[in-house]
Amino acid sequence: MAKLKIIVSATSLFCTRIEWALKLKGLEYELTVEDWDKGKSELLLKSNPAHKKVPVLLDDGVAIAESKVILEYIDEKWKGGDLYPLLPQDPYERAQARFWAQFADDKCVFGTWGACCAVDALEKEKAVENALESFAYLEKQIEGKKFFAGDKIGYLDLVAGWIPHWLGVMEETGGIKILDAERFPSLHEWAQNFIKIPLIKECVPPRDFLVNYSIALLSYLRSSALNKP
Amino acid sequence: MAKAGEVKVIGGWPSPFVMRPRIALNLKGVEYELLEEKFGAKSELLLRSNPVHKKIPVFLHADRPVCESLIIVQYIDETWPSTGPSILPSDPYDRATARFWAAYIDEKWFPSMTGIARAQGEEAKKAAIDQVVEGLFLLEDAFGKISKGKPFFGGDTIGFLDIALGCFLGWLRVTEKTHGLKLLDEAKVPGLAKWAERFCADDAVKGVMPETEKLAEFAKLIMAKFKAPPPQ
Repeated sequence: MAKLKIIVSATSLFCTRIEWALKLKGLEYELTVEDWDKGKSELLLKSNPAHKKVPVLLDDGVAIAESKVILEYIDEKWKGGDLYPLLPQDPYERAQARFWAQFADDKCVFGTWGACCAVDALEKEKAVENALESFAYLEKQIEGKKFFAGDKIGYLDLVAGWIPHWLGVMEETGGIKILDAERFPSLHEWAQNFIKIPLIKECVPPRDFLVNYSIALLSYLRSSALNKP
Repeated sequence: MAKAGEVKVIGGWPSPFVMRPRIALNLKGVEYELLEEKFGAKSELLLRSNPVHKKIPVFLHADRPVCESLIIVQYIDETWPSTGPSILPSDPYDRATARFWAAYIDEKWFPSMTGIARAQGEEAKKAAIDQVVEGLFLLEDAFGKISKGKPFFGGDTIGFLDIALGCFLGWLRVTEKTHGLKLLDEAKVPGLAKWAERFCADDAVKGVMPETEKLAEFAKLIMAKFKAPPPQ
């Protein structure tokens, strides 16, 4: 039995980043996929009682939750020698990577998702505007670089790694446009380079699957919002 | 060793987030200059150093800014690794545990506490209080497991998670006072209640933890400002 297990959902962009990290470190792992139709598994509830969310990394049965916390754990436990570094060595560079990772998750992921969910036209327009502002910051960060971490991918690339695959799905199903090649040329190019990497590409869920899931989820959320008193 | 004038914190005395880097610097024995922001008016330096969020604290090390309080604390720990105690534990799992609970405190627990003041009506207020208490039970349990009988989450000395939670004790006390509550009840969360006393009494914390009275006055001021009619 694999010593490393990740509790995941089939679609979550927060889960795939963990797989990417483990693959970069050359570590074998097993996936245990939550079936949301059956409700949250005993294992998930036991492993992450505070949030009851995926992903959770189980290292020899010991649970670590919160995707960015898991990434740092992986980087700190398996480091040195030939092992692939995720975070930079220099404290200032590390602080920058952590800052932008938090920003990317708080503002870009949730900003985009908020824009997708918005039904009211004005609300949607404002949400898209906010998301574009956030993406402009990321564009500045990647300008002049192949990857956020430099010549090779690193921690911030993994955290922003939802953009090349999940963002397009959100745009299509949410009726919005964020990653415009003209508006964000460097980010657009980074996205192309990132998703081309074999170990990155092989972990992403099939696009059709994500599209169907997204349509169903948005429909549910919108109808709940409309039915609110 | 930091050169004089090289280390600065842009902050404000009431902010729990600003306390975090200050405690970390105190633990490391690193001298710093506090650039106190005036409430209600953001300085040029702040806006220039943290253009993304425009928030305090901002840490300036030889004029290079680091933002976000917990990121700053880690930066301090990593920049001065051999002076003073380690702020983060050395074991990767313990580090992950500390980071996990710090994120929980910032994303769930502290917002639930400010939710008490924001709650409209008795029912909402009760729900907000219940959430805070539930969180404290979780943290009490975490304290037991993490401290392993030692005085702090960090062990013998204050660490990352102590700083992450402890900075909110001033505001917790104001909340208790304002709403007639006993949240950090020794009968319910004995571990945390005693830990709180030790934390506030620590040399690294004493000088930066604001007095409850002073904070309560400040809270009244900002509530008044928020409730005031907009200027014509």
